[in-house]
Amino acid sequence: MADPLTLWRGFLARPNDDRVKTFGVAVLVAFVCAAVVSATSVTLKPLQDAHLEAERAARMEAMLDTLPEMRGLMQEAGVTALETRMINLSDGSFAPDLDPVNFDVAAADDPDSSIAIPPEADVAGLKRRENHAPVYLLERDGELMLLVLPMRATGYQSTITAMLAVQPDLRTIAALTITGQGETPGLGARIAEPDWAALWPGKEIANEDGEIVIEVVRGTATGPYQVDGISGATRSSNAVGAMLTFWLGDLGYGPFLDRLESEGL
Amino acid sequence: MSLFRHVTAPLIDQNPVTLQILGICSALAVTTSLTTALTMSVALTAVLCASAAVISLIRRHIPSTIRLIVQITIIAALVIVIDELLQAYAFEISKRLSIFVGLIVTNCVVLGRAESFAMRNPVLPSVLDGLGNGLGYSLILMIVGGIREFFGAGTLFGRAVVTTQAEGGWFQPLGLMQLAPSAFFIIGLLVWAIRSLRRDQIEPAEFPLASEEANR
Repeated sequence: MADPLTLWRGFLARPNDDRVKTFGVAVLVAFVCAAVVSATSVTLKPLQDAHLEAERAARMEAMLDTLPEMRGLMQEAGVTALETRMINLSDGSFAPDLDPVNFDVAAADDPDSSIAIPPEADVAGLKRRENHAPVYLLERDGELMLLVLPMRATGYQSTITAMLAVQPDLRTIAALTITGQGETPGLGARIAEPDWAALWPGKEIANEDGEIVIEVVRGTATGPYQVDGISGATRSSNAVGAMLTFWLGDLGYGPFLDRLESEGL
Repeated sequence: MSLFRHVTAPLIDQNPVTLQILGICSALAVTTSLTTALTMSVALTAVLCASAAVISLIRRHIPSTIRLIVQITIIAALVIVIDELLQAYAFEISKRLSIFVGLIVTNCVVLGRAESFAMRNPVLPSVLDGLGNGLGYSLILMIVGGIREFFGAGTLFGRAVVTTQAEGGWFQPLGLMQLAPSAFFIIGLLVWAIRSLRRDQIEPAEFPLASEEANR
């Protein structure tokens, strides 16, 4: 076996239209480019995540700003942020031993800390659901004043993440804020605009029988259970509707909401 | 001093936007404000210089059958690196530029310079050529961005220059300037102005009018 340097020189000395050289150059260029891109991506990930986290917090703040009475309540209670609590999604109980700060949202990929969603129930296109989730709430004298539920769904071309704020009756929507999405700019991405978010407050999640009936419709929405979709962004708007259907249902926060209704906090 | 020529020539005489009419798409999209135009200019100039350096360095070993795909791979990798850097260090601006940084890959200025210059010239002239073309592109972007931001919003770099009517002043912003067609108009006027001053840039008509034909 010749030493690597000689081999390398021999490779470079080959004519450019030689098949080995063509193939070799293609592989080398691809490999070096992939290495550079991966290295940058991995090194910069913490910084980018910090920006995304700051943006998520800012959106939470902005959502609270759309609910002036909540700000007032928070000032009276002397708190500046909502309280974060971990819950067990399958039975709806609180999981006080879990630390919400270090909770890894990506746990849904891990078979030990998530369950597979049966395909017929997987309206939001998630495939798996984590066992525990953080919820944000504001309580006063043991009474729930506002509940904020994080949720996500697969949209047209990205994962849509959102926060749903629910009134203490656990039926009326106080606000819906899209916290993350990568939908088509100018079309699907409009789900994140304030104009669309403004359609949600006051809508009702469930009818008298407790069925989840909120939906996004084409054309003109009628009644308290319907919200106008965005024209030109049917798949993205429908995904938001499906997200609510899934996360408020039995596999999502359903057990938690039922427990809150019957037992309180 | 001929090296210096590589930087100065693309500014007006060989400007990629106004003479070669390349990179128009991004020139329309990111020139609604000077901040985005400047970020885009810096990103494109960086990609141009770096890709020119890398491609020129390995130009003798790029097989001609796969040269375009090799160039595009290198350019794409550099663009992703720049995009990641922007997302890490200039998050707000990267959100406003959205997909346009990624689309530098398809910007004809970059591939055009790689194919026509960096493939045939040593590293230093190639980098200078990339720098010159980047600056030429930036110059047009800044002019268009400045005009559009000033007349469209009454601000420059986001800072108010004149008070708009909405804030009690006299200035009525020109809504059209915030829309893409206005960039076409401004670039068109720039091309016209430059060609009036430098008549050698005027190309002979491909299909002369019949009346002109008769006069010959």
